Amino acid sequence: MNARSKLLLGLALVATGMTAPAVARKEKDQPAPAAQGSSAEPDNPYPSTYKPYPGVATVIRNVTIFDGEGGRIDKGVVFLSGGKITSIGGPDTPIPADIAVFDGTGKYVTPGVIDIHSHLGVYPSPSVEAHSDGNEMTSPVTPHVWAEHSVWPQDPGFGRALANGGVTTLQVLPGSGNLFGGRSVILKNVQARTMQGMKFPGAPYGLKMACGENPKRVYGAKGREPSTRMGNMAVDRQTWIKAREYQKKRAAGKDQTRDLGMETLADALEGKILVQNHCYRADEMANVIDMSKEFGYKVTAFHHAVEAYKIADLLRENGICAAMWGDWYGFKMEAYDGIKENVPLVHQAGACAIVHSDDENGIQRLNQEAAKALGAGRRMGINIPDEIAWTWLAINPAKAMGIADQTGSLKVGKMADVVLWNGNPFSTYTRPEKVWVDGALLYDANDPKRRPVTDFELGQIGAGDVK
Amino acid sequence: MTMKTAIRAAAALLAVAASPMAMAQTIAITGATLAIGDGSEPIQNGTVVISAGKVVAAGTGVAVPAGAKTIDASGKWVTPGIVSGFSRVGLAEVPGVKETNDINARTPFSAAIDVAPAINPLANPIAISRTAGVTRAVVVPATGNGIFAGQGAVVDLGADMDPITKARAFQYVEMGEEGAEDAGGSRPAAYLTFKMMLREAQDYAKAPASYDGRSKDALLNRVDAEALVPVVTGAMPLMIHVESARDILGVLALRQDFPALKLILAGATEGWMVASQIAAAKVPVIAGGLDDLPSSFEKLAATQSNVGRMVKAGVPVAMGLMDRDEALQLRLATQQAGNMVALNKVPGATGLSWGQALRSITSAPAEAMGLGDRIGSLKAGKAGDVVIWDGDPLEMESAPVAVWIDGIQQPIDNRQTKLRDRYATPVEGSLPKAYEW
Repeated sequence: MNARSKLLLGLALVATGMTAPAVARKEKDQPAPAAQGSSAEPDNPYPSTYKPYPGVATVIRNVTIFDGEGGRIDKGVVFLSGGKITSIGGPDTPIPADIAVFDGTGKYVTPGVIDIHSHLGVYPSPSVEAHSDGNEMTSPVTPHVWAEHSVWPQDPGFGRALANGGVTTLQVLPGSGNLFGGRSVILKNVQARTMQGMKFPGAPYGLKMACGENPKRVYGAKGREPSTRMGNMAVDRQTWIKAREYQKKRAAGKDQTRDLGMETLADALEGKILVQNHCYRADEMANVIDMSKEFGYKVTAFHHAVEAYKIADLLRENGICAAMWGDWYGFKMEAYDGIKENVPLVHQAGACAIVHSDDENGIQRLNQEAAKALGAGRRMGINIPDEIAWTWLAINPAKAMGIADQTGSLKVGKMADVVLWNGNPFSTYTRPEKVWVDGALLYDANDPKRRPVTDFELGQIGAGDVK
Repeated sequence: MTMKTAIRAAAALLAVAASPMAMAQTIAITGATLAIGDGSEPIQNGTVVISAGKVVAAGTGVAVPAGAKTIDASGKWVTPGIVSGFSRVGLAEVPGVKETNDINARTPFSAAIDVAPAINPLANPIAISRTAGVTRAVVVPATGNGIFAGQGAVVDLGADMDPITKARAFQYVEMGEEGAEDAGGSRPAAYLTFKMMLREAQDYAKAPASYDGRSKDALLNRVDAEALVPVVTGAMPLMIHVESARDILGVLALRQDFPALKLILAGATEGWMVASQIAAAKVPVIAGGLDDLPSSFEKLAATQSNVGRMVKAGVPVAMGLMDRDEALQLRLATQQAGNMVALNKVPGATGLSWGQALRSITSAPAEAMGLGDRIGSLKAGKAGDVVIWDGDPLEMESAPVAVWIDGIQQPIDNRQTKLRDRYATPVEGSLPKAYEW
């Protein structure tokens, strides 16, 4: 299937007789004209059409602020206008006249939660077979597929993640059935008619890779490679060899037949696409780190990483983040050694720790997952302050998704992606009260109409109900 | 229970030097923020006395008996042990490793399957759940041959070789989407199958010797027919998994044909829509609590307010881990309960009071199983299942500091805590990590 479609694509291109050289890569999110040459890549062919919704200039004062980079302000003030954080500070921060002011006494403000690992849209609700679009399990090497082409923007899960989880940005990844699962896409959590309408402007793509049980199980069961962990690595390495050749030719401006998968891998080798690697076991992560050095690419984050605590030093030395659950463990062999202290141990070792969901329910409670990790750490003497722990849900995932210059913390000039919580967000008893995305109020617990109801839910029982 | 406790106490006496467990002595836990588990709110400066494996008294102004071992729990919380209302604990070590997974089977048998002999008290998920304050669990088989899965059990999570609180505590049947699938593809087929099988069980009961389970027309073999007899007579509860409002009414109506059925609803994601009918039928529900997505067409009306709305309507609701992925992750019970409390601050939502929330993971599941007189709360005479927590147990930062089951103090370390200790620093010392134990 994979080889055949590549072959057909090649034949079609040859038949057109077009052989113009590659066009220079343009800025992201500017629609580019169709490529002219056989190796010319149309830059950004599915551009974001996301536009921030109008917002009202808003001040929240007397509130406890976790700024997402580790800072805390008590009795703080945050001022949103024009879709951006306009000012933030202590009680003396000047407040402009004639704008909406919320008193946040007893409440907390954080940057919007960022989930680096979601399958919303590609495995949407209802989870019927017809919606199963997250794993192109017809070949272990499918870097040519793009998760965005599976995203169903009507997934009710987006709205739940917003209202109950305060999630404002998420990375939607292909599944882990394949070694090279395809491209991820980063979305603003703003309901839209199209995927493009949710796409985070200017965000880099990710490349989903997977090691361990899943690829070897899926393809071993089909009687083909890989059926072992060594098979996983071998197919990975063979693929990177081809990708490096493709990338070298491309960089040299040499003519070659376009190959969607190779384009993605070449971008990963050049650091333009961030490698997001599903991997559970410590020893396998170490193998992948060596593989990345062998072929000259960087792993941005290991996802799930239930044994990250065993190699937290390696992760720190190699500048690799671990995106982890709070306490999910044991459901399969490679998750057997999961422990509740994984996140704080990685954090304490000086590596980049992220709390992720990988789940349409978990994404609604990432704050509680972080609280589990925080409590487990404190019990073993790792005393991480609340405001530092919030980096696991904010600036750390933002960095690992390549969007930290735009969101992920409450810094002046950044996107006004903000959650007002009705209590300490590490408490089970706390929920979002208001959520702003780019300064637009898109969830308000006190306003039943300020709550998304997807096309799927509209007219169904329960539509518009509090969820 | 008494026998079991006695055996345990005897074993503890024999092994007292070597055993890490305290024997079932008289213990008074004092100064705690104390929650009884019966739906009442926590009280300050409470005392719990347990003796001979049972709760003697719990509340304020409880006298500490002479000779009791006193444990100062000032600044801490004390609750009954958590009871998981729906789980598969003890039936699998690693669910994804099929050799360790005894949750269901391809087999000629169905209703006669009995999980009790297969429960492994040494399974790591039991030790890990115990460390999280879970002391009892309802263990539910899954279907492998038709709509009936077999007979579930109620177990304790103690560190001993006798996990069974009640074997053959209930029969389990699928009647929603999964039941339709198990019956060949439709709900009408599931209803017909259900009725015909129960009638065959009645036939068996009338004349066991002449029941021919081997004929081509028989739906049930002899042992499965025999196993359904107590279901038809109401001697054994029947736990029915359904989710949609329609299916809930459909299965409640089964009592028109089989009036003695003692029903327990499992799932009931849309229960809030027909809560008054469930309450009128006096049927307890074991629900997931946090389902709020239309994850299937039988859950279109899912909301986290489901449990609160049903409780408000008078339905006895317990919580359990209905999701197959979560069935061994029993520690999630306190998170479910805490989130029910959170809903009280969400306009338009219906949650539970703190006391009701704790009840939904302690006495409510015990009562749903017909074991309310034995376990699930700190009322006098109940099993001495007690947990001391370092904070509010429904907060995710809290954890148990001591756990008793049947009055016997339990170990709360496990392979997770050992791994934690080994890797407190990831780098090797003077020997490989494998020597650090």
